[in-house]
Amino acid sequence: MSKSSLSHAEAAEQFIKDEPRTDWHDETLWFVRQKRDKAAHGLPEWEQLREWASQIKNHTLSNLDNYLLEFEANANANGVTIHWAPDAADHNRIIFDLIQKNNIQKIVKSKSMLTEECGLNEFLHAKGVETIDTDLGERIVQLRYEAPSHIVLPAIHLKKQDVSDTFHEHLNTEKGNNDPQYLTEAARQHLREKFIESELAITGVNFAVAETGGFVVCTNEGNADMGAHAAKIHIACMGFEKMIPKAEHLSVFLRLLARSATGQPITTYSSHFNKPREGQEMHIVIVDNGRSRQLGRADFRNSLKCIRCAACFNTCPVYRRSGGYSYHTAVAGPIGSILNPNIDMRANADLPFASTLCGSCSNVCPVKIDIHDQLWKWRQVLVEEGYVDASKKVGLKGMAFVLARPGLYRFAGKAGRAVMRLFPWLLNNKLNPWYKQREMPAPPKQSFRDWYIKNKQQ
Amino acid sequence: MSARETILKTITANKPSLTELPAIDLVEVIQYNDLLQQYKTVLQSIGGGTVELQDINSLKEELQTKKANGDFVLNRIASLGDVEESIAHLTAPDLAAVDTAYVEGTIAVAENGAIWLYESQMGNRLLPFICQHLVIVIEKKNIVATMHHAYQQIESAKDGFGVFLAGPSKTADIEQSLVIGAHGARSLIVYII
Repeated sequence: MSKSSLSHAEAAEQFIKDEPRTDWHDETLWFVRQKRDKAAHGLPEWEQLREWASQIKNHTLSNLDNYLLEFEANANANGVTIHWAPDAADHNRIIFDLIQKNNIQKIVKSKSMLTEECGLNEFLHAKGVETIDTDLGERIVQLRYEAPSHIVLPAIHLKKQDVSDTFHEHLNTEKGNNDPQYLTEAARQHLREKFIESELAITGVNFAVAETGGFVVCTNEGNADMGAHAAKIHIACMGFEKMIPKAEHLSVFLRLLARSATGQPITTYSSHFNKPREGQEMHIVIVDNGRSRQLGRADFRNSLKCIRCAACFNTCPVYRRSGGYSYHTAVAGPIGSILNPNIDMRANADLPFASTLCGSCSNVCPVKIDIHDQLWKWRQVLVEEGYVDASKKVGLKGMAFVLARPGLYRFAGKAGRAVMRLFPWLLNNKLNPWYKQREMPAPPKQSFRDWYIKNKQQ
Repeated sequence: MSARETILKTITANKPSLTELPAIDLVEVIQYNDLLQQYKTVLQSIGGGTVELQDINSLKEELQTKKANGDFVLNRIASLGDVEESIAHLTAPDLAAVDTAYVEGTIAVAENGAIWLYESQMGNRLLPFICQHLVIVIEKKNIVATMHHAYQQIESAKDGFGVFLAGPSKTADIEQSLVIGAHGARSLIVYII
């Protein structure tokens, strides 16, 4: 898959070269954000719901070992096999072993960001095993050898003519027929065949309930159910933070999830899996992959409350104008930028800087993760650990030096304004990264301080 | 140490100190003056249809007509006539051609249009997903305001499987254009008695 090795800023530069498409991406995601607002404002208890969700998740993290044990015992009693995977490699190996042991040829998979995080498709492909992604958006990007660019809307970076071209090539649809209805119908027919012949279905998990040993999977398309109920083996993959204590808590999360994600009152299907059906095998792979380390970081453990609604993506002025691929990780956007440095600090050191720290992400988060605070805190950790470019470090140190000295700050401001007025070409050139894609503002004649002193005296 | 022990031990060592679970007080939660009207409005807004019935006879007739026309219909509702009892063992190839399935719902939720179905009501887990068209019958008295009320009335882990189902299958994965009928049922009609 096309995971970029470029930094966020470099990849974003590629993305915004196509200006109409960047505008479309920006406006479309903002429209999704507005639908979220409308749904949220429809419930007078919205803020109370967020508070409940946040407290339930805080409590669960504070008692997580016990809830995982309770979940395991109940799932076992339900006839479900639990596997524990310390990292991505173990997760992939556990699934491959089940495939080999049962001599499986046909595999379907519904959306699971965890399997993306673990690189499951690529791993199985290298072993000669093909997995069919069944979420429409994921199938589109899979046929194009791409990765999802958004965790809820995997193909949001594409236009319908792109999908039409891809389907013409792979599914023999009419060339140039861009009608979404027609293209979706073609995918329905194509994937029905795959569901019916599948032997093994892989799904994600939205919520795992300690009290019952059951788990809930949410989709609009019905693809998780078509796969899981048709295949003789069902493997559900979950990060251990998907746990919640009781079934009654599902009410809080199911009320928040779809409203935050797309503005729908609930997803079409909220499927509660408790026991395998007669003759079926059901497995759950519980994955750590750095999560237990994140749990130990007091400043960052809060990120484990995430329910993957992507509201923070849709509202983020940086994500909307830089696209999912610029984050070069399975989970992009603001939440990805605080999760991924934990997984690999060096490779993802650029991500906490891909933010204006405007705080909109934290305001829309249904479980009240302090995303923008954590972005700011990660920047400090990354600088301290030496994962930040020398030039950025020098710049920041220089700024800190100036900001700590009011006299120098006033002099520098005055000098800067004079330079911008007299020698604009000094800043309006390619060497200044702030000049890219934008004009520098006209310099003000006086600083706010000068203006304030003058007007106060009047 | 096994993988399981390693993970659990690290969690025990790293977890924060215990915090309390919140009390969920339903006084805080939205109320609707007319649950039926709210339910109908929401279900229609997410692509489902609603029909209010005084008695179930007209639906019975519709089912008989479909059968007479040779449509592959599966009925799971006793009050509609003969029930297909032993369909649990049917596989995907067996069910792929089902045109319309008739299933009884337990609880309907006014805030979001969802209906709770137990596996025992479906007869086969795959049925409400693989059928081309889905008909669900609910009783008006079983419409509740919110998901909180719904979970009070169901036992979500009683059967091996259960689902909150809200509307027909849909997707907007191609340029955010809403298309009804992704992988699951192409239509949902809810009959309210």
